[in-house]
Amino acid sequence: MVTGALNVRNLQEATPQLRQIEDAGDTQLDMSQLEALDTAGAYMLQKLRLKVEARGAEFQFVNLKPDHEALIERVALAMPRPDPVSTSRLSVTDLLERLGRGVAGAGMFLVELIAMLGLFLARLAYLLRHPSEFRMTALVHHCDQVGWKAVPIVALMGFLIGVVLAFQGSVQLRQFGAEIFVVDLIAISILRELGILLTAIIVAGRTASSFTAAIGSMKMREEIDAMRTLAIDPATALFVPRILALLITLPILGAIANVMGLFGGAMMAWIELGISPGMFMTRLLEDTSLDHVIVGFVKAPVFAMIIGVIGCHAGMQVGGNAESLGAQTSAAVVRAIFMVIVADALFSVFFAIMGI
Amino acid sequence: MVRDVVIALRELRNQFGATVVHDNLDLDVYRGEVLGVVGGSGTGKSVLLRCIAGLRPPQGGRIEIFGKDALNCSEAERRAIDQRMGVMFQDGALFSSLTVRENVEVPMRTLQGLDAGMRRELADLKISMSGLPYAAGDKYPSELSGGMRKRAGLARALALDPEIVFLDEPTAGLDPIGASAFDELIRALSETLGLTVFLVTHDLDTLHATCDRIAVLAEKRVLYTGTMADMLTIEHPWVHEYFHGPRARAAVETQERTG
Repeated sequence: MVTGALNVRNLQEATPQLRQIEDAGDTQLDMSQLEALDTAGAYMLQKLRLKVEARGAEFQFVNLKPDHEALIERVALAMPRPDPVSTSRLSVTDLLERLGRGVAGAGMFLVELIAMLGLFLARLAYLLRHPSEFRMTALVHHCDQVGWKAVPIVALMGFLIGVVLAFQGSVQLRQFGAEIFVVDLIAISILRELGILLTAIIVAGRTASSFTAAIGSMKMREEIDAMRTLAIDPATALFVPRILALLITLPILGAIANVMGLFGGAMMAWIELGISPGMFMTRLLEDTSLDHVIVGFVKAPVFAMIIGVIGCHAGMQVGGNAESLGAQTSAAVVRAIFMVIVADALFSVFFAIMGI
Repeated sequence: MVRDVVIALRELRNQFGATVVHDNLDLDVYRGEVLGVVGGSGTGKSVLLRCIAGLRPPQGGRIEIFGKDALNCSEAERRAIDQRMGVMFQDGALFSSLTVRENVEVPMRTLQGLDAGMRRELADLKISMSGLPYAAGDKYPSELSGGMRKRAGLARALALDPEIVFLDEPTAGLDPIGASAFDELIRALSETLGLTVFLVTHDLDTLHATCDRIAVLAEKRVLYTGTMADMLTIEHPWVHEYFHGPRARAAVETQERTG
């Protein structure tokens, strides 16, 4: 005898009652008092019937209302039939295979990046020979996006780095009475390393993600395929203006960061150590070799190339759904920053060996 | 026979800025029927659906669901109403970070006293009732085709055995075979589960195959309601064009062939 309602809301309470029936022999379940039934209740009843019948006993619903019967039949037809699952455990060979795939994947990624760089250079060379096809408007637009709009944050970052260096340096150098060397400290570290490196990192965060998002959403909505069918080369139209804009603006942004860094350092040196701006200037011009500036600026185009190529490449990796767009965008930023730092380390080793 | 009204809209008004989408819109939805809402692009079919589902407050008028004023009720009452309704969005709107089975389990989690094992079994049942293979339960939405995503969306909408289901363009983007299979599914579910279905569609075949009643949205309100046969007799130029155009004739012929 089942009474009242049997639905998803009171299933848990009804379970013990149904359990008792499970173990009985031949069963006739009186359904005349059942008022409401939903698919969850019908599922429980059908499961009960299957269990009883599996033991070879008879099972029948009596006085079942027609609509309830229809529902139980519908559920009976749809009873989930689990596919046999293969329970495999993770073995050492699986782990090795995974490692191998990871390494091969990283190798492929590098090859793809080099291919993207090659594509960019080839299209750039083509455009040099056919300047009429060059998209000047796009270049200016991207210079504005990548360069001009990044000026405030890069300037502020440079200024603060100068301030921090001067402050930290002054505390240490004062112990030796070598306060004046704070100028060398600031000048060398900013001009040679930090100015360009930190600018590149900020630009990687801002620009690699926006390249990936812009190109990726075009890829997602098949705009890139549409361009191809209209005989527009995506590399010429999308990659060249973006990467070129980075190549032009990153050194300028680096220069701004350098100047602001020196300015911040000079200000802090004046406040903290009493080194007047005039003295700072003289010391800077006399003692700091131009090599440091050159070493810094040589890196800028390389960083720009890395950021642009990684951003465009990640955009082209976006698949048909929004998740892959998000995943590629964050991956592009991480990869770009990582590669910029790796490149910077390689430069340091190179310059050390060359003795510059 | 007095029919039980589950949704009653009175003098509903919706506008976006200066654009009035609905003005003085009245509509009754009866228990157990499949109501198809049609109308040209921009007549606010989806807006209407979103209004009733509680996703968008209208600028004026009343909405009564199960006899309760759905616009001026407490949050708890609104939640109780929501639990008795299910919505299937156009592309399924499945949570992309969850598998299909977990998606179907989401509404069940709001119920007290339903253990994980039972939830899983019921989710598998709903997935199977929506016509998906068992293996689909372990897949992520991005691994499914458009038709399967719609079915999974329907499975999630049906998770708590709602009394009313809202379907937004259930057959848009499906191939004809998949679309007619979906029509049959809607029909079969509404019959066996006693569902009230509110469906927004452009698909004349769906209207023929599934709907008991059709509501035509035009001139900012529900211009006509009635059966398919009633619609064919209406003289209003847009309605006439809609139900007598070349596509409509093809749909009628298909219906006659298949009986």
